Amino acid sequence: MLSRESSATLISAVTAFIYKEARLQDEHAYEAWEALWTDDGVYWVPANGDDIDPEKEMSIIYDNRSRISLRIKQLLTGKRHTQTPQSRLRRLVSNIELLDQQPGGDISVASNSMVFESSLRDDTIWAARNEYRLRYVDGELKMAYKKVILVNNEKALFTLSFLI
Amino acid sequence: MNVVPRASQWDELIRPDRVHGSLYSDPAIFEAELQNIWYRTWVYVGHESEVPNANDYVVKSIGPQSVIMTRDEQGKVNLLLNRCSHRGNQVCSYDKGNARSFTCPFHSWTFANDGRLVGYAFPDGYEGQDKSKLALGRVARVQSYRGFVFGSFAAEGPTLEEHLGGAAETIDRLVRFSPEGEVEVTAGFLKHRVKANWKFILENECDGYHPAFVHSSIFGVADSAIGKLYGGASTAVTRDYGNGHTEIDLRPEFRKRDAPMSWFGTTEERLPDYTARMKAAHGDQKAREIMIDGTPHVMIFPNLFIAEIQMFVIQPLAVDDSVQHVTALQFKGAPDMNRRLRQQTMGSVGPAGLLLADDSEMYERCHRGVLARNPEWIFLGRGEKRERQDGLGFKIGHVTDEIPSRGIWRHYHSLMEAV
Repeated sequence: MLSRESSATLISAVTAFIYKEARLQDEHAYEAWEALWTDDGVYWVPANGDDIDPEKEMSIIYDNRSRISLRIKQLLTGKRHTQTPQSRLRRLVSNIELLDQQPGGDISVASNSMVFESSLRDDTIWAARNEYRLRYVDGELKMAYKKVILVNNEKALFTLSFLI
Repeated sequence: MNVVPRASQWDELIRPDRVHGSLYSDPAIFEAELQNIWYRTWVYVGHESEVPNANDYVVKSIGPQSVIMTRDEQGKVNLLLNRCSHRGNQVCSYDKGNARSFTCPFHSWTFANDGRLVGYAFPDGYEGQDKSKLALGRVARVQSYRGFVFGSFAAEGPTLEEHLGGAAETIDRLVRFSPEGEVEVTAGFLKHRVKANWKFILENECDGYHPAFVHSSIFGVADSAIGKLYGGASTAVTRDYGNGHTEIDLRPEFRKRDAPMSWFGTTEERLPDYTARMKAAHGDQKAREIMIDGTPHVMIFPNLFIAEIQMFVIQPLAVDDSVQHVTALQFKGAPDMNRRLRQQTMGSVGPAGLLLADDSEMYERCHRGVLARNPEWIFLGRGEKRERQDGLGFKIGHVTDEIPSRGIWRHYHSLMEAV
């Protein structure tokens, strides 16, 4: 367990990281967002429940690091029609909790988020529980894992082509 | 309903090379489609592998109707309507499970999983009542083709084989990719909703004209060989099987490549277990031919789209509201192949799919666009002057030609006019 002081320092660093990630996503800063990932990052948005087996069942997103990169490259072409024009986005992030940290290991963090999307189709509200594993790499926090559990992931969803 | 066109008026709306925009946007026409298409012809509902054991059930749909597909104690597949025969409450609230019976939570009426009413609470109030007249509603006809379960609300009409016609052969072609000859639907469905008429989806599935433009963003960065299949110099063809079934037949291009599994962007060496099992099942030469040709790209009217590595089920909810249910195809006895099928499918389809999110954007923009007052028509004349026939007498054309759309509308016309 961390001391009270180091825990407070860590949660403030983690909170700053999560707020920054949210802003980069809202503002479509694709390359800066991709730079937040570690080399072994996994980006997962399950469908049909919170704890499906992504190796056996379909997920909305289940990207390894190279597919994260491909997703970003596609957005950067400017010809990803569903994001041309880009959705206008603002998200609120709260309930940030440190769940676990082993000495020298990844930091497990969770938050809740609500995203307001305005696109050509309509305005859409998305709500999710976000689970992260963060890691210090060369003195900077990076994401090794982000799981986005949409509240309505069992339902038919509209296109989700911005960074959630 | 009095605004729905009379028989002769369908001729006005559906011409050989163009269709009227109101066919996509008029709520009265949508209601007529439910009656004349969705609640009458054969519609794909589910796959037998989704209810492998006695008493398994899964909730499916026919258009806006909720349909429970059950396997009863005798092993028979039933398609039951999710509506208590008493006061209309939905008797099943879970997507899937295993249950011998469904008990309505409202007044505790209980139905066996073959639809029979087996009991109601406080039965003394129903003295002399014939329970057999109070069964769950059911889809009148249920028939399977190689595990694919179809239902028709019409008690009489063409058989499923008659409905599938020449397109049945595409399903035969598909199941050969399992060393055991069976497709399995076990990976769960993504459900992708679009604010667009269902026919924009239906027509796009075998539209070979759009990929070069709608999907250029991913073809460019993924170093994909798919783009060339849909180029001007491609030898692939579009095909109209009749009865609204259409295909993009990519085999001419894959046969030129002459490389097994090239259709799937891989090689025999990278799928050694699968390759060995296919050779054991089919013999070396036949396995090689199958693995060069690739799986079909076929749209079975009105709602089953087999897209090489995945399958889609189209569900219309309202004139401007549709859901695409999509899952990776899985082949029995092919674990390494199945893993790749899931990974590629997950990247491509669903709400965040690198391909389908862009298709869906087009559906929604088309739907909004078609509300404009003129030019009123959707023009579908591409390749009309260069249609030809294949060896079996089906119409074929260049991969970018609009033979599939014209075939779909010809069949649609016959269905809408028939009642």
